[in-house]
Parts: sequence; structure tokens; C-alpha cells
Amino acid sequence: MLIKLTNGAVYDPASGVDGTKQDIYIQDGRIVNKPVGDDPVDKEFDLSGKVVMSGAIDMHTHIGGGKGNIARILLPEDHRQDPVARTDVTRSGCGHAMPSTFVTGYRYAEMGYTAGFEPAVLPINARQAHMEMADIPILDKGGYVLLGSDDYLLRMLTAKKDQKAINDYVAFTMQAAKAIGVKVVNPGGINAFKFNQRKLDLDEQNCHYGVTPRDILQVLATAVKEIGVSHPLHVHGCNLGVPGNVNTTLDTIQGIGGLPMHLTHIQFHSYGTEGDFKFSSGAAQIAEAVNKNKNITIDVGQILFGQTVTASGDNMRQHANHKFASPNKWVTMDIECDAGCGVVPFKYKDQNFVNALQWAIGLETFLLVEDPWRIFLTTDHPNGAPFTSYPHLIRLLMDRSFRNDVLSTIHPEAQKMTNLASIEREYSLQEIAIMTRAGAAKLIGLQDRGGLSAGNWADITVYTDNVDRQKMFEKPDYVFKDGQLVVVDGKVVSTKWGTTHVVKPDFDASLEKDLQKYFDRFMTMKLGNFKISDDEITEDGRGSLTIHPLNGEVA
Amino acid sequence: MAEITEVPSPFCGIGTDDLNIQVDGVALKVVKNGCAINTPAFEQVITDTLPRVEGKEVSLEVAVAKAAVLLKDTNQPLIGGCATDVNGMRALLALADRSGAVVDNMSFTGARNNFLALQDSGWMNTTLAEIKNRCDLLLVVGTDLESFSPRFFERYLWNEESMFLDDTSKREVIYLGKAPSGEASTSPNGQKAKVFECANADLPEVVAVLRALVKGNPIRVDFVGGIAVTDLQSIADKLKAATYSVVTWAAGALAFSQAELTVQTISEMVKDLNNRNTRSSGFPLGGKEGDQTANQVCGWTTGYPARTRFSSGYPEYDPYLNDANVLLANGEADTLVWVQAFNAKAVPPITTLPTIVVGRSGMTFTQEPDVFIPVGTPGIDHAGHAYRMDNVVAIRLKKLRESGLPSTFDVLNAIEQAL
Ligand SMILES: [Zn+2]
Repeated sequence: MLIKLTNGAVYDPASGVDGTKQDIYIQDGRIVNKPVGDDPVDKEFDLSGKVVMSGAIDMHTHIGGGKGNIARILLPEDHRQDPVARTDVTRSGCGHAMPSTFVTGYRYAEMGYTAGFEPAVLPINARQAHMEMADIPILDKGGYVLLGSDDYLLRMLTAKKDQKAINDYVAFTMQAAKAIGVKVVNPGGINAFKFNQRKLDLDEQNCHYGVTPRDILQVLATAVKEIGVSHPLHVHGCNLGVPGNVNTTLDTIQGIGGLPMHLTHIQFHSYGTEGDFKFSSGAAQIAEAVNKNKNITIDVGQILFGQTVTASGDNMRQHANHKFASPNKWVTMDIECDAGCGVVPFKYKDQNFVNALQWAIGLETFLLVEDPWRIFLTTDHPNGAPFTSYPHLIRLLMDRSFRNDVLSTIHPEAQKMTNLASIEREYSLQEIAIMTRAGAAKLIGLQDRGGLSAGNWADITVYTDNVDRQKMFEKPDYVFKDGQLVVVDGKVVSTKWGTTHVVKPDFDASLEKDLQKYFDRFMTMKLGNFKISDDEITEDGRGSLTIHPLNGEVA
Repeated sequence: MAEITEVPSPFCGIGTDDLNIQVDGVALKVVKNGCAINTPAFEQVITDTLPRVEGKEVSLEVAVAKAAVLLKDTNQPLIGGCATDVNGMRALLALADRSGAVVDNMSFTGARNNFLALQDSGWMNTTLAEIKNRCDLLLVVGTDLESFSPRFFERYLWNEESMFLDDTSKREVIYLGKAPSGEASTSPNGQKAKVFECANADLPEVVAVLRALVKGNPIRVDFVGGIAVTDLQSIADKLKAATYSVVTWAAGALAFSQAELTVQTISEMVKDLNNRNTRSSGFPLGGKEGDQTANQVCGWTTGYPARTRFSSGYPEYDPYLNDANVLLANGEADTLVWVQAFNAKAVPPITTLPTIVVGRSGMTFTQEPDVFIPVGTPGIDHAGHAYRMDNVVAIRLKKLRESGLPSTFDVLNAIEQAL
């Protein structure tokens, strides 16, 4: 079947197309060149007056894994506010803060998203992450595997194992957990919490291992680079949420010595200690450092006002933050000498000084970082806000007068502590397309996604141009996934199953001998049963694996 | 004859995966690392291989068609049991969504004690590997742990080596409420568990006093539930002095009314300990016959645990009103689907309603159901996934033999497609 999308204004930063009117052809799930012969067009969509982008990619969203399911089970009252009924083409479920898997897929697609990446896949919980993501329709998915508080790595560091050995372990874990990236959360801090340490600064030692967060970041960032994984080490830094942590973050950037590093939900790590309330914005300093250090990428983790739930691997910081739980219930877990998690419901209030300033800090960050290829649009779903608030966030970025209207309603002391009102920048459509499409695909290392030139998979979103950018982005006219029309007028009309994106870096097989001993002595399952097989993703006939090349490899 | 090694078990809840099983045709023999729960569960012979409709053997197609006819005619189907693997639960929930059924896991009334506490105030919990390597004091509340999980102590407490304890045999075990039924909790160097028995009905008070003592609140009586307050004080002192204490209970064993309040008191006590400059974690037991699996899969599919109805077109959770036994007793359901792929002895409740049983081969009924479809057991007849008790680790179940029995997923998916 040949589909033609005619005369839309195409925003395709991957090939440098910025709003030019172009036709796009789709055949067998992919975008193709204009057929040379007289192949008949089976279906044509007239896109005059429409904006065409590739399907959006959320490079950091908590859509799969144990902590998210704890968050679901914890909050029946939140689901009751947003029941989702079954239709002829869709399953029932629930929405709002932590939607059910099926509803996650539908609502992302209904905003024009066609892929989402779970950033905190615990190796021991990776099966669950993939099983949940296998029940998310339409979207492609993938995960970043969590390392840095696992006892095996810390034992390696204490034993002064060389970088090559660490590279092998990282590569092994990526394969075993079916990952496309590597994440570290509060480096070593989750582990330190199990030894009753309640904070861990960048240069503070884990009391058992004598290893510092800085050591862990260094070896993991090096490993990711040396084994050739496209996605840089994905870092949730030390001291999340602590006033003054801007200095930790700046130190983290300096300390990595030019290695590629992605700092996630940086808003939560950009706090100073100035002012009457000893809480201030560090966004300008962070933006300056990001602008200067080209090895650094960030996503923002914008907060937006309202009820949500925070679900993080960082049980040390989540435990410290439990006193802010709203409603007042929370869960932390220590997990399998591997990692941990903490789930704390939150209600961000615009009349709360801290929350109001967090909101402003996120927006300052978006607007002060110059290169849209190195900053990504996230709310750290659901931690800063549910992903369904993205169209609102896009309007805040694209529409200065709207932004300043909202600013004028937040806590007055917070208004005084931000220079947001004076920032004139408004994001362009092309910059939004970079942040949410081309840039995200490049950052993750996705082949043939995030672009609209021939050869790409036909993940395509069509919007009606509208000065109200929130309205425009919350209801696309059409969404195609792998060439299949899945959304019309902001509603799912058909569904399909996306693929799971992975990389498969090589490692020295002798590593498994030592790991096997470690598993037999200290773990609770056999090494052979720990590794996730390809079958587990594909055996139900719905899932598939897409293996992406490592740096230097040819696709 | 073949011997399969490193076989994971979905039966014992603790995710043992070191079994060796001999396979001779469809006969299985556990030859290494069996236990009182796993060995009979693996070795149970296949009896039924063909489905039955009204007691007569039929093909799978005929049985599925009959089940679909029964379900089509209903106003309020009820799916009970819900004891299967992840894929089985996926198909079960798809069928429930399509038919507007109530879904109720057979262990939910026990598990409800945990869910109510979790959904009201939360908890700080841990997993098996943390226990194996860190736990220096285990407090067992109201539960006979070794009859629940025969190999718990051998695998996770008296393990030869641990990363953070010099000598695992020095770990301390204290029982509060129920006494252990055997010697599994006695350490390898002969140190016996300390036991403070009380009646089930007194546990709420005993646990409340223990929490008060942990917080340093004064207690004005000398005995609670027959236990000396000085003894409870010594437990509180040990909890505060421990480096990483673990408090465990089986929600289903707390068989007294409003036991959720006791789970909550335990969980809040663990939080209190963590505010007193030490570490402590809770550890609810479970993981048998797909209970955690049912709640996990229902959790991500609907947002709620596995006592949820679809009769309004969307999921609605009610831990009391959606109880299968309550619905049957009140005449609120008009068809029963019973799904139990693990345990042939766990038969459906006796009812006059049209009944479809998707059950492990070997089920015997005092009242023949309208439709009986024998299915394979996850981890024996087909591969799959099941959650173990800590609710974090999903074990990868292996296929051990070629029995020809369909999986729960195959059968329920076929029924859904036929609707
Ligand atoms: Zn995150």
C-alpha cells in the first residue's frame, strides 16, 4: 500500500527541513522516495495548512518497572478520578498520574508520541520493566539499565579491577537486561542508604566500600563510551532536591572531564541557598555550564502544578522527602543488592514558594540553554507531572505572554526569585521538533527513527497549526506508527505493537565465570535464570527486538 | 530420560531455582533440592488431557465454544482463582475486560491485610537477597515461616557466606505470636529462635505495645496477651540495636478481623526504627500459586490489584464488594470462571451457577462443572513468568516436558476470541 501525505509543512530537523511544504510517501511501514514509475497512490491525505513532524520520542519517562506498579497500587483514589472505558479498539484502564499500561500507550499516541524510554531498569527487575512495556500498545520502547549501587560493581571498584573488566560487566548487564543505555541514580547512594548513610556527596565515601560517587561516575561514563554505546551515561546525580545542590551538579559536570554525560531531570539538581527562604534558582549557572561543555546533554524534569506521584530508584532521597508526601503514604524498598526504589505521592502547589520556584527553575533552564540538540523536554513522568501535561509545557516554551501570565499567578516570593519574566525567548516549531524528535533519536542512538527522510520508519504526526500551541499539540489530526494510521483527531482508531530498542555490546565471556560464583554465593537466583532471553520479549508474538549499532559500527 | 537443572519453582514463593528434575516422558522426578511443597507439586501426574463438557470428553475447540456460549448469555460473570502465570493473567484480564467480569484472586482476602495497610500509609520493605546478605535480626510475626516456605532458612538465613555478616549463624531469630513447627529456624551452631507465643486475637495488642516500646513510650501494664512487657522491651531493644533488622509476616496467617491494622502497626514500627538511626525493613510473605503475579499484572493493566470489576466498562476496585465468595453468597454473579493452573486441589467453590473451570490436570470435582478445560502448569508444561514473594523478582519458568496441554493463555485467549 502506498500512502501519500500531500502538501504539509514539514519540520524535519534530522534532514534540515524547517517548515517547507513537501510530500511524504509511505510504503511497507517506511518512508520512501517519490515512486519513479506510475505506482498508484492507494491513499492520499491532503495536509494543506498542517504541520508534519516525525512521531515524538520521550527519552525519559517512567513507563515500566516495579516502582511504577507500586505507585499504581498505592493510589486507587487517583485512578478513580480518571477511569478509562473500553472501546471497540482499545482496552479499559485508568489514567492521570500513573496510568495503566494500555492507557499509557493510547494517551502518548494521542499526543503524537510513538516511542518512550524507561530510564530506570533495575537489572533484577528488568523482566518486569519489559513485561509492562510489552503491554503498552503503539509505542516503541526501551530501557536504560541501572548500575552504580549494585554490590558487584562496588566490589569491583574496591578490588581495583581495571576499566576493561568494568566495561565487560557493563556490556554483560546491558545484554542481560535488554537495555539501550546505562543509568546511574544517586551514584552509590542507594547502596549507602542500606548501610544507614542518609546523604552522600560527590566526594563522600560509601562507608563499607570506600568508593565515592565521583569514582562511580568516572568508571561508568568511561565504560559506556569505550564499549561504544551511543547514549551517554544517563545520570541522576547526588543530592536530588537538596538546596545548594547546584554546586554538586556543576562539580559533576566539571569532574567528568569531557566524557559524554546526560544529566537527567536537572531541574531537581539546580537549587541554590540564597534568599529569605534559603532556596533559590541555580538555572543560570547550570545553563552556562551546559552551554560551555559540549559533552553534556540534559533533560529538564519540569514540574507542573497538581497531584502526581514521584517514583525513583533513589530510596535515600525519597526517604528524606517522605515528610512531603501528599497524600501521606509512601513506600521505599531496598532491592536485591542491586538498587532500591522510593515512591512518594506529591502535590505541587503554585502557592507554595518552593514548588512555584521549582516551576520557574525548570522553565529558566529550558530558555537559557542555547542548543536544542542537547536539551530534552521531560517532566520526568510522573515525577514532575504526568506526561499528559506536555502540550501545556510546550505552550509555556513557545508563548512568552502565556508564560508570563502564568508566572504572575504563582507565589509572589517565588516571582521575585526568578528572572523568567525578563527572558524573551520563545521556542520555534523546529526547536520543539529537535527536542522531542530528531535530538532524542540521536541521543538514544536510534537508527531510522526521529526523521522524515526516505528510509526512516513511518512514525509521523500531523498537527493543525494553531497559535494556541497547547491545543495544537494535544490533538494531532493524524498519527502514523510504522505506516499504520493509529490516531485521527486526537483519538486512537487502531492499535499495533511497537518494537523494543536495544544494543548488544560484546563482553569477554570469562566474566561470567566470576559472576556465576558471585551469584551462587550471594544472590538468590542462578546466573542463567537472571539473563533475559530474546524469547521472553518475542514469544507472545507481539514483541520484537530492534538491535541498534554501536558507535563505529555500520548499521 | 533427561535431567533438567536450575529449575525455578512457582510453588514455594521464595523462587528457588536450584532444583534438578528428571524427565521421563511426561513423568517428573525431583532429584535435587526438593522440599515438602515443591516435590509433590512438580511430580503430580497428568490425568486429564481432554476437556469435558457436561462430563463428556470433547475437543478443545468444542469446550472453548461452549465456554463462550455460556459467557455470552451472562450479565455478571465472575473470574475466580486467578492462579496462573503472567501471560495467563494477561489473557484473563482481556477476557474480563471484554465480558465485563469481576476478577478476584483466590488469596486476596489474606493479601487484603497488606493492600489496605499499603494504600493507607505505605511501608519500607526489602527483598530476599538483602535478607541473605544483611539481615542480622529476623522478627517473625504471627506466622510459621518454615511451613509457609520450607527452604527459607536454609537459603536466606543460614547461607554459608554473606557479603556483610562475618558469621551468618550468629543471626538472631525471634518469633512473636506463633511458635515455629520445626527446627529450621535453629542456627547451624544450635542457637534456637526465641519464641514469644500469644493467641492470634492478642497479636494486635502485642504488636501495638512493641511499637510503643520502640518509640520509647511508657507502658503501664506488665503483661500483654500473656507476654511480659519486659520481654517485648527486650525485642524492642534488639530491633533498635540491630544493624539491619527484618520484620516478616504472612498476611494470610493473620486470620483475625481487621488484621490490616496489625500490618499497618508493623509497617509503621519499621518506619519508626528507620528514624532512630538504624535500618530496618518489612518483608511480607506470599508468592504462591500466582498471587503476586495476579496482583502485579492486574496492577499494570488496570491500576488496581486483583479484586477488580469491569462491569461498568472500566476497572473498579473494591477489596470487599468484589470478593468472589461474597458475590456468590449474595447471588450477584451469574457465571463462574475458575482459573487455577498450579494446584489441582484448589477447586472452585460449590455453586449452582454455570461454571467453567480452566484448571490443572488432575482436578477432581464433587460437582462436575459445565466446562472443564485441563491446562498445563506454568514452569512444567510451558515457559512463563511468575513473581516470587518479594514482588520484585519475576522468575523465568521453564518448560520441562511435552505434554500437549494448552496454556492458560491459549485457552482464555481462545474463549475471548470466540466471544
Ligand atoms: Zn526519572
